[in-house]
Amino acid sequence: MMEFKGRIVAPGTVTAEAVVSHGGFNTLASLQGALQFGDKKATCGDQNNPDLHGKVLAGKALCLPMTIGSTTGGLVLYCACAMGRQPACMLFSNPIDSLAAAGSILASVWLEGIQMPVIDSLGEDFLSYVKDGMTVSVREDGTVVVD
Amino acid sequence: MYLTDEQQAVLNGSKGETMAKVMKTLVMYGETFGADKLVPVTSEYNHLVTSFGLKMMKPVFDLMQQLIDAGAVSQQKFSVDPRPLDKNVPANLLQKLIFNKFMYATQESYEKQLQELGLMNEDAFTCACYLDQVGNKPKKGDILSWAESSAVVYANSVLGARCNRNSGIMDIMGSIAGCVPHFGLLTDEGRKATWIVKVETTKKPEAQLLGSAIGMKVMEDVPFVTGMEKWLGTELNDENCAYLKDFGAATASNGAVGLYHIENLTPEAKEQGAGLIAPGAKVYIIDDAELERVQREYPVMWKNPEGAPKLCFIGCPHMSMQQLKDWTVRVEEGLKASGNKKVLVPTVFTTAPAVKKEFEKTEFARRLKDTGVILSYICPLMYMNNPLCKTMNVITSSNKLRTYTTSRYYTEAQILDIITKGGEQK
Repeated sequence: MMEFKGRIVAPGTVTAEAVVSHGGFNTLASLQGALQFGDKKATCGDQNNPDLHGKVLAGKALCLPMTIGSTTGGLVLYCACAMGRQPACMLFSNPIDSLAAAGSILASVWLEGIQMPVIDSLGEDFLSYVKDGMTVSVREDGTVVVD
Repeated sequence: MYLTDEQQAVLNGSKGETMAKVMKTLVMYGETFGADKLVPVTSEYNHLVTSFGLKMMKPVFDLMQQLIDAGAVSQQKFSVDPRPLDKNVPANLLQKLIFNKFMYATQESYEKQLQELGLMNEDAFTCACYLDQVGNKPKKGDILSWAESSAVVYANSVLGARCNRNSGIMDIMGSIAGCVPHFGLLTDEGRKATWIVKVETTKKPEAQLLGSAIGMKVMEDVPFVTGMEKWLGTELNDENCAYLKDFGAATASNGAVGLYHIENLTPEAKEQGAGLIAPGAKVYIIDDAELERVQREYPVMWKNPEGAPKLCFIGCPHMSMQQLKDWTVRVEEGLKASGNKKVLVPTVFTTAPAVKKEFEKTEFARRLKDTGVILSYICPLMYMNNPLCKTMNVITSSNKLRTYTTSRYYTEAQILDIITKGGEQK
């Protein structure tokens, strides 16, 4: 078991199974197909992301360095939250980027009852340590515990 | 973060609950990135990234309606990304059914919302809003609340305006409130280059390939690119602006670049030179072999990789007037050399509606039509945004389109060869 301390971007506690992207997470490329065509599991559709392509994202602890790609990214994440297909939490090794932050903030301000804890600045060691299938818990103080 | 009395009052509800939420969104956004204050948006027009009435975006339409109902509409008129539909672009019956009855069934109602929110005019649908014919070209130093990634990187880099890589919806929040948080690319410090990219190729690099290589390497950082003077010179003429448009779109989509500097060419690089480079900047050298490696490693996502191309898109981002004219000549010459009358692969050039109207007044429009190329205002990305395109072999010279779809990238010379001569595809 390892603990990592990050910064709380969106508060909350959750325990979920990890899915890990070592490269930037392209939100539009990853989620657009799933949201458009009724895939409630939000299977990652990004052909350029070998870590995640074809894997379920909804309800998972999404571990990533940052998000990249189209600036529709934030609204795609907002839509995923509104449709209940968002990851259980988003855990960034780097400081959060503007697109992911926007999605998270828009969901927390404009949607009722959405909880998707977001922690950033967890460090490169976090992303080196965490592997697909590990159990990840987010604590109230921004500590992330990887089992 | 410091707020003026007026901003604080809005946050406290002086202009109603919806405006308070708009302000709260911007304040939270700023605080996440350590912004010290909110600064006024100074550009004449805004530009939004969300042009498409995709059914999956119902939560966005609901939010837009909430804004309209509360009278919280944009303080600026705005342009918006391209329309996702154009009946002139080839599509089979099943595609037409899916486009019109399923995917974009809400297009008409969404465009009505855009009009209520402050759309510039009926032609204001393009990702390249800064083209002269469109008329949304910010001035140097203007503060923007834009989102479209290719437009943001162009406005920052080529025009010297200041804009963060905002997300869709966040763009209109800044325009409604009339202010945006002061951080990142709005600050002098945030505009310093943390990468030096040395271009050492033996020929002028393909804009979309060079941009792809840089984007994938530097990700969200700011690159200072050297070695381009012998290819581009030192003036931002039409040809160079088109080159940088395509280059920037690739940096922004293959990575997350919001600003680049080209030595002795882009405005801030001309003014400040190496003073723009931050201490400890990393170095990336790009030569012919590196560009070949980058192109070779693109995954081929066609269901039948050995199959022939069925459709070709050129113009993501939208083509400029000069690009349309140049490509018309290139296609004519390619056909003449091969002895063909029409292009061998159905080919669509995409451009802004306002550019299309102007182009159609020139002799080039007839000449282009004679080659069999279709001219459209469509967003090729939105056209391909459906599962049917997985079985459709689409080729493109756009690295942005390649990134988000199953289309296959070729250099412009390769594309020309394929569409005019049926040249080697691999």
